[in-house]
Amino acid sequence: MPTTDREPPNIDELRDRAYQLRRMMMTMTRGKGEGYIAQGLGIADCLAALYFHELRHDPERPDWPERDRFLLSTGHYSIAMYAVLAAAGYIEEDELPTYGLNGSRLPMSTFDDTVGVEIVGGSLGHGLGQAVGMSLGLRLDDSPGRVYVEISDGELDEGSTWEAAMAGATFGCDNLVVLIDCNGIQADGPVTVAIEPVADKFTAFGWSTTEIDGNDMSALVEALEKSRVSDGKPKAIVMRTTPGSGVPTIVDRPRAHFVRVTDDEWAGLVQELEDNRDVHA
Amino acid sequence: MTSTRDTAPRGHTRGMGELIDIADKTTVLAPFGETLAQLGRERPEIVALTADMGRYSDILPFRDAHPDRFFNVGMAEQSLVMTAAGLAKTGKIAYCTTYSVFVTRRAYDFVAIAGAHSKAEVKIFAGMPGLTNGYGATHQATEDLNMMRGIADLTIIDPCDATELTQVVRAVADIPGTVYVRLLRGKVPVELGEDYRFVPGKAALLREGSGDVGVISTGYMTARSLDAAKAADNRGVQASVLHVPTIKPFDTAAVVEFARRHDRLVVAENHKTTGGLASLVTEALYQGGILRPLRRVGLADSFFECGSQEYLEAKYGVDLPAVTRAILGEV
Repeated sequence: MPTTDREPPNIDELRDRAYQLRRMMMTMTRGKGEGYIAQGLGIADCLAALYFHELRHDPERPDWPERDRFLLSTGHYSIAMYAVLAAAGYIEEDELPTYGLNGSRLPMSTFDDTVGVEIVGGSLGHGLGQAVGMSLGLRLDDSPGRVYVEISDGELDEGSTWEAAMAGATFGCDNLVVLIDCNGIQADGPVTVAIEPVADKFTAFGWSTTEIDGNDMSALVEALEKSRVSDGKPKAIVMRTTPGSGVPTIVDRPRAHFVRVTDDEWAGLVQELEDNRDVHA
Repeated sequence: MTSTRDTAPRGHTRGMGELIDIADKTTVLAPFGETLAQLGRERPEIVALTADMGRYSDILPFRDAHPDRFFNVGMAEQSLVMTAAGLAKTGKIAYCTTYSVFVTRRAYDFVAIAGAHSKAEVKIFAGMPGLTNGYGATHQATEDLNMMRGIADLTIIDPCDATELTQVVRAVADIPGTVYVRLLRGKVPVELGEDYRFVPGKAALLREGSGDVGVISTGYMTARSLDAAKAADNRGVQASVLHVPTIKPFDTAAVVEFARRHDRLVVAENHKTTGGLASLVTEALYQGGILRPLRRVGLADSFFECGSQEYLEAKYGVDLPAVTRAILGEV
């Protein structure tokens, strides 16, 4: 399913894509019985908007030099990455249940030897800087390829993220878009370090910044469209997302960073997802 | 020594990172940057970066020749390695420079994951490795080899002189993945003959002695070992010298074979005696079943103070007399 030219967005179709990604993630959770499902569900809308509308990419040619790059800095969101790679045709959907199992090609954290995965994620604070480098490389080649990188609010604790933010602005990387998943959680619970106001900070660092509801498909598509403006600045989209989005029981979990789903509750959670299918419509 | 050096007051810290063994020797100014600038003309995929150490890493000739392919990320070593890795992932070969202490101690996770694990074409030229300046422990990378050899899929090279460094600048472009090179800067002496050829991963026998004592050395301590071997000749001891420029992957076979042919060994390195060449040699020999008396010339497991290079090298036992004494078997 090559997407080498953008067509006008069909918001309803993109919402359905996001629902399908969430379903795939729930299937993966059943295999392993645990994972970073809350973050995955939270970012599903963003990935649907990227892979089924915004990105110029071709699953038949994952190394196409002029492709747009998507970098998942938060390697532990792998469950969402594999879902969208399967939905887009990079990997087979029937491989998804091996997620996180011993010997699987779909490990709990993303590595760049999985087709369609651009960087080794997982060690947080590595994504934005590598995206800056890719942006410069594509610019040197006069490539139309653009670079999209997802980072999280927890990752804003890392000093390297801010080094990279300065570099992106210094070098005027206007083919670079950072999507900041502000879901309010990190390993020890709620985000505790004084990272707010995130949007103001990126603006102050020299980025063209937009803040949206990251689970609102129309807002996502509009923000991505705006990010294509050539203004000599890198672009930041601050996405306020709900961890567990689409499955209320997971949303309501007091500690959603790493979720265990028992066999008993799995079917009920999938039913919740089905019941809330139109919640964002 | 240059006249500037001779007039410097005792205890004054001299030009940072330049070797002191350049008296009466032919030197080449900035062999790294000049070679890289030329290589950049031949290979358009080469880019270069620095973390505010352009002048002090000799890389400015590249900037002047290829300004559009040069990026100074400021005093930010994590950004340096990340940006280089990103450039590499678009098909570039990214040479980057900063001081050894900063890229190893501060950016270690980035060298390991964004660099080596990602098989990124990142070539790190690390200035002032080991004890090559008098600015104290903050600027003396006396444990860099120990740290870097712990990273899988990383190549580590410690060149001896201008001749070798010039060859290494070119060679690393074709060594797959991330490479860490100990940079010699400023006026770099020419020690090795015109026929010397750096071969990645291979040790080089530079001097064949009588079989009594064999010196295994790396980096500029090989030059000092050759000087010490000459001095020992006058005392009736003919030492061999095996130069090991590639620290990782380590040429175990050559080291074992060399050791087998000598009654006793000296290991000389510009690094702590723990975790660097001496550790690699002893691991190789023990595994190879070769036991020989072995004397380590290198730095103590300590943080060093500020002071002149001559003062520090003499105090910590890595100067020419110290290597000569080790070869002669004197205390």
